[in-house]
Amino acid sequence: MSIRARGLSKKYGTQTAVNAIDFSINTGEVVGFLGPNGAGKSTTMRMLTCYLPPSSGDAEVQGLNVLNSPEKVKRLVGYLPEHNPLYPEMYVREYLHFVADLSGWKGDRKKRVEEIVDLTGLRREVNKRIQQLSKGYRQRVGLAQALIHDPQVLILDEPTSGLDPNQVVEIRKLITEIGKDKTVLLSTHIMQEVEAMCDRVVIIDRGNIVADSNLEELQKEYGGNAHFVRFKKQIDAQQLVEIEGVESTESVGKGEYRLRHSIPGDIEEKLFAWAVEHNNVLLEQRAEKQNLEQIFRTLTNGNNG
Amino acid sequence: MGSIFRKEIRSYLSSLIAYITIVVFLLAIGLFMWVYPDTNALDYGYASLETLFTMAPWVFIFLISALCMRTFAEERKARTIELLATHPVSEWQIILGKFFAAWVIVLFAILPTLLYFFTIDKLGSPPGNIDAGATWGSYLGLLFLGGCYVSIGLFASSLTDNQIVAFILSIFLCFFFFSAFVQISKFEFWSAQSGMVEWIGISYHYDSISRGVIDTRDLIYFASFMAVFLGFTKYQFSRRTW
Repeated sequence: MSIRARGLSKKYGTQTAVNAIDFSINTGEVVGFLGPNGAGKSTTMRMLTCYLPPSSGDAEVQGLNVLNSPEKVKRLVGYLPEHNPLYPEMYVREYLHFVADLSGWKGDRKKRVEEIVDLTGLRREVNKRIQQLSKGYRQRVGLAQALIHDPQVLILDEPTSGLDPNQVVEIRKLITEIGKDKTVLLSTHIMQEVEAMCDRVVIIDRGNIVADSNLEELQKEYGGNAHFVRFKKQIDAQQLVEIEGVESTESVGKGEYRLRHSIPGDIEEKLFAWAVEHNNVLLEQRAEKQNLEQIFRTLTNGNNG
Repeated sequence: MGSIFRKEIRSYLSSLIAYITIVVFLLAIGLFMWVYPDTNALDYGYASLETLFTMAPWVFIFLISALCMRTFAEERKARTIELLATHPVSEWQIILGKFFAAWVIVLFAILPTLLYFFTIDKLGSPPGNIDAGATWGSYLGLLFLGGCYVSIGLFASSLTDNQIVAFILSIFLCFFFFSAFVQISKFEFWSAQSGMVEWIGISYHYDSISRGVIDTRDLIYFASFMAVFLGFTKYQFSRRTW
């Protein structure tokens, strides 16, 4: 067990940011920590990295309690906060040397910094001041910072936020590569990110965990029986509920409807029969694999995802 | 502590802050010492560095406040405080690293004035009759005074993420603790305890050590003063109010 939270809570005054959450992450897993803005992702990560003390409950990293042995936990964890903490006036190499020094790197510091520079693709930028770098490269510097002491656990808070699509792909590739032999917990509010990088997903909403499973299970559980259908004539979406087994419907376009049902086998036939009966023409229908985006919206009540 | 100390020193040196502080200090003190008719040592008639030691605390109020205003305020604003706090350095190491770095810069501002000491020593008639004991005592006092100001500056900076606010607050606190207690002690209603009230202020101990007698009580006072303000800073740091 690499990370484990038990009844972990954080209150700010009367406001509960994280409400007694339990989860655990196995060694070597890449887990996506998903939730709308303000759901408590950052707060949880800050507790795991010993930045904020929990209000109650506790957390362990590699079997070490964050309250009892913060120094040891800090040595084991590489952390990239949501707001990338850079000193704009420093040179890239200078910054990495400083962080290596700060993290108490015992070995050959020079060699280590050069290794990380190559690993994160910063070779060409290494002699620039951080303020001269583009956002994508700054993010790489942030990752390099988190990696410099070769931590066993990586905690990355929205590592790709604010990057352009190319940079996003590059950073994801980098994280996937690094994640091969480390435990990674990364937060995001973008679903594709989880699909691209993670083995498992923990969804949090308003301080509570609303889902914790691997992606396939999640899709099976929440998106199993979605069906898309298109009629020639527009109808009231509610009319479709009269078909036995249809649970809910929504209109998604002109004459296009999405319905959720509990009859996996013969929904097609029933819809066809229904169309004939109502003097309508069925133009198209298909079973839909509900994507993560929709699952996320369902689970977090359509909060600003 | 070493890593923070080294980083701070590098940052002072690479951002001109250190040079500006040192040069402005020497310039201001130099003008009082050698140029301005009312205070210059040449017309003063006595071989003493008194001008230096009366003016320096006032000049330091501004310069040290400026030197320290960014220490925590900037880290809070840039969120780099989170970087420091999630690495294996304790809060005390962070605070003391910053404290000693700023203090070293103050030391480097004071050091060149030793030249004044040798100049006055040579200019005296006959040469060499400067009161060396009092002068060395004053230097020690000035160094401790600087340390007290630095601890105030760090505390003020830890209160806010706005450097200007930290600067102004620090000026006020330095000014208050340096000179206010002499004035406060003059109120009638505690005339019996006026000595004790005066004793709280920095200037009492600064003057005392300047006489060239190094009294352990003064040293303990300076050390405690710094410890108290660094303690406040630590408290403020632990609260994580940013």
